Amino acid sequence: MFESLSEKLSAVFKNLRRKGKLSAKDIALTLREIRLALLEADVNFKVVKEFIRRIKERAEGKEVLESLTPAQQVVKIVHEELIGIMGESSNQLERAAQGPTVIMLVGLQGSGKTTTVAKLAKHLSGNGQNPLMVAADTYRPAAIHQLNVLGENLKLPVFDMGAEADPVDIVNASVSRAKSANYDTIILDTAGRLTCDTEMMAELSRMKEKTSPAEILLVLDAMTGQDAVNTAEAFHRELNISGVILTKLDGDARGGAALSIRMVTGCPIKFVGVGEKIEALEPFYPDRMAGRILGMGDVLTLIEKAEHQVDEAKAKELEKKLFSQQFTLEDFLEQIQQIKLLGPIDQMLSMIPGMGNMAKLPAGWSGEREMAKVEAIINSMTKEERQRPEIIKGSRKRRIAAGSGTRVNEINRLLNQFQQIKSLMKNIGGKGRKGKKGLFSFMN
Amino acid sequence: MSEEKKGWFSRLKKAIIPTKEGLIGRIASVTIGRTKVDEELYQEMEDILIGADVGVTTTLKIIEQVREKRPQEPTQLKDFIVEEISLILKHEEGKLNMSEESPTVIMVVGVNGTGKTTTIAKLAARFKAEGKSVLLAAADTFRAAAIEQLEIWANRVNVSLIKHQPGADPGAVTYDAIQSIKARNTDVLIVDTAGRLHTKSNLMNELAKVRRVCQAQLPGAPHEVLLILDATCGQNGLLQAKQFTETVGVTGLALTKLDGTAKGGIVIAISDQLSLPVKLIGCGETLEDLIDFSGADFSRALFEEETVQV
Repeated sequence: MFESLSEKLSAVFKNLRRKGKLSAKDIALTLREIRLALLEADVNFKVVKEFIRRIKERAEGKEVLESLTPAQQVVKIVHEELIGIMGESSNQLERAAQGPTVIMLVGLQGSGKTTTVAKLAKHLSGNGQNPLMVAADTYRPAAIHQLNVLGENLKLPVFDMGAEADPVDIVNASVSRAKSANYDTIILDTAGRLTCDTEMMAELSRMKEKTSPAEILLVLDAMTGQDAVNTAEAFHRELNISGVILTKLDGDARGGAALSIRMVTGCPIKFVGVGEKIEALEPFYPDRMAGRILGMGDVLTLIEKAEHQVDEAKAKELEKKLFSQQFTLEDFLEQIQQIKLLGPIDQMLSMIPGMGNMAKLPAGWSGEREMAKVEAIINSMTKEERQRPEIIKGSRKRRIAAGSGTRVNEINRLLNQFQQIKSLMKNIGGKGRKGKKGLFSFMN
Repeated sequence: MSEEKKGWFSRLKKAIIPTKEGLIGRIASVTIGRTKVDEELYQEMEDILIGADVGVTTTLKIIEQVREKRPQEPTQLKDFIVEEISLILKHEEGKLNMSEESPTVIMVVGVNGTGKTTTIAKLAARFKAEGKSVLLAAADTFRAAAIEQLEIWANRVNVSLIKHQPGADPGAVTYDAIQSIKARNTDVLIVDTAGRLHTKSNLMNELAKVRRVCQAQLPGAPHEVLLILDATCGQNGLLQAKQFTETVGVTGLALTKLDGTAKGGIVIAISDQLSLPVKLIGCGETLEDLIDFSGADFSRALFEEETVQV
C-alpha cells in the first residue's frame, strides 16, 4: 500500500538525471513527493511543513544547484535532516544521585506500558541492576495481576498493594520498600490515561512529586497517527518527560510519530519495543528510524541480530550460501536452525526493504510451525533431490509427502518458495554489493 | 423524537464532538474571515484532513472532488468538503449482524492494546440490558492476565465465561464455548481473542483457526467479526483492516477511545478505501459508553453541531 519514498524519488530523479540540472519546478515536485511520503508515514502535518521548509531552503541553495549531481544532494539532505532531528542514539538512563533511581512509565491506554515495564526490568537486571517493578495501575482490571505474572516469569520482584490502594500511596510506599530491601531501581507501571482527563493527569503529577523520578518515559504506540503530537505535548507539559519508548515497532507501521514527538518535545527516544517476547527491547537508532520512515526497511537491525545470535564463521557461511545461486535445499535445511535463532521469521522479513508489507509474501510462509514442516519435508528427500530440486516430479512428490506427513501441494509450495527465496536473496545480495551506500544505492 | 432516541442522539453528538472540533470545526474556522478560494485555502483544508488521520489518498480524493465543483466562496468550499465526507460515510450502517434462529457468535479481533476486552464488556452489558443471555469466551490465552481481566468484567456485568488455562489453544476454548451456547441455547457468544500485529502470519493463522472452529461448530457463525480500531491509530489502520479482513473476514469496525483528543479520521479512509462499515464507537470508560455508528446520523450530527457553532 505504501510505496517507499526511495522508489518514488528514483522515478523523479530518473528524469532529473537526464536533464542534469534542477529547475524550480523539479524541486517543487521533489518536495511534494517527500511531503506525501512523510504524511503517509504518519509524521504530523505541522512537523512535515517545518521539515519541508528546511529541506527547501537547502535544496535551493548552492550545495544543490551547483552540484553536478543535484538529485543525490537532495536525498542526502533529506536523510541528514531526518537523522539530525531524531538526534543522537541515547539509551542511557539517568541515575538518581542518591537512593533508589525511580523510572516512571506513562502513556495512553493500550500503548504497552505494563509489557514495557517488564522488558525494562529485564534489561536493567541484565545490566547488573536490581530493579523493583511497581504495580500502580489500579484502574484496569487485572493489570496488577498481569505485572505479577510477568514478574514471576522473569523471576523479578513486583511491589503491589492491591487494586483498592491509592496509586500515589503505592508509589510512595514502593520507595521505602526499595530502600529497606536494597533495590537500586524502581519502575513504576502507571494506568493508561487520556491527556484530556485532567484529574488523571494531575494524579501523575502527584506521583512525580512523591517519588522524584530520574526518568519519566512516555510509552507510545508506533502506530499512532497525527495525534502523537498532542499526546506527547500534553504529557510533556504536565510532567516534563525525559524520554520516549516507542512500542510495537515489530509491525509494519512506518513510525512517523517518532519524528513528530522528537520535533515537538525535543525528548530523545530511548528504546523501541519490537515483539511480545520480554527480550524484545532494543536501543533506538535514528538512522535506521529515518530509513524506516522513508520506507527503506531495516537491514542494519537484521544484520546486527544475526551478529548477536549466530557465530561469525557460521554467519559468513550463511551469507555466502544465501546470496549465491548454489544454495540448495540441503543448505537450506542446515541453515534453518541458524535462522531460527534470529527470532520469528516474519519479524526478520519485515526488516528487509520492500518486504515490510507481509501481504506481498507467499501466504503461509512464516512461523515456527511452518519451519518444522519444511524441515520434515526436506528430511524426507534423497540427497540428490536436495541438491537438484528440479528433478522432483509427480511420484517423488507423492513419496516425499507420505514420508513427511504432508500433502503434495505443500511440497509444491515449498519448492516454489525455495525458488522465490533464492531469487529474493540474489536480489538483496546483488544490491548490497553494487551500491556501497547500501540504502541509497539507487543514487548510483 | 422520543426521550430515549433523544438521549441516544445527544450521546452520539457528545461522542463525536472531539472529532468534530478537530475536523469540521477546524474546517469551518479556517474559512472565517477569508474572502476568496485560493490555493492557500485548499492547502489548509488538505492539512486539516491529513491532520485528522484521514490519510493522503482519501484527502486528495476529497479535495479533487471539491475542486471539480468549483466553489466560489470559502464557506461553499467548506460545505462541499463536509458533503464529501458524509457521502463517504453515508453508506455505512452500524447494525450488528444478529442471527435470527441460532445463537449469535461475535468474534472480536485487533492489534494489541486497542481496547478489545473493554469493548466486549460494554457489548455484553448492552446485550444483558436487552434481556439476552450472554457467554464470553476467553480465547486470549496468550497475554498475561488477559483471562482474569475478562473474568473481572464478566463478574461485573454478570454474564457467564468459558475459560481454559493460560497458554491453552484458543481454538479449543472457542470449541467449548460454542458447544456450551448450543446446549444452553444462549443468545450471544462473544469471543475475546489475543491482540496481535497483523504482520505476524503465524498468529494470524491461529486466528483463522478460531474462525474455522466457529464455522464448523455452528452454521453461519461467526455472524460478526469486529475489528477493534484505536482512534489514535494512523495510516497503519488501513493495513490492519486489510490484513484482518483477508484472514478472518472482518464484517465491521469498532472505533475506540474517541473520547480522547484523536480525531479518528482513519475511519473515513477505511470507509473510503475498503468499504468496511463502522458499527460501534467507544467513547468513555463506563459500560454505557458504546454507541451504534450510523453514517446518516453521524453526518447529521456533524451538520447540526456545525450550524450551532458557525
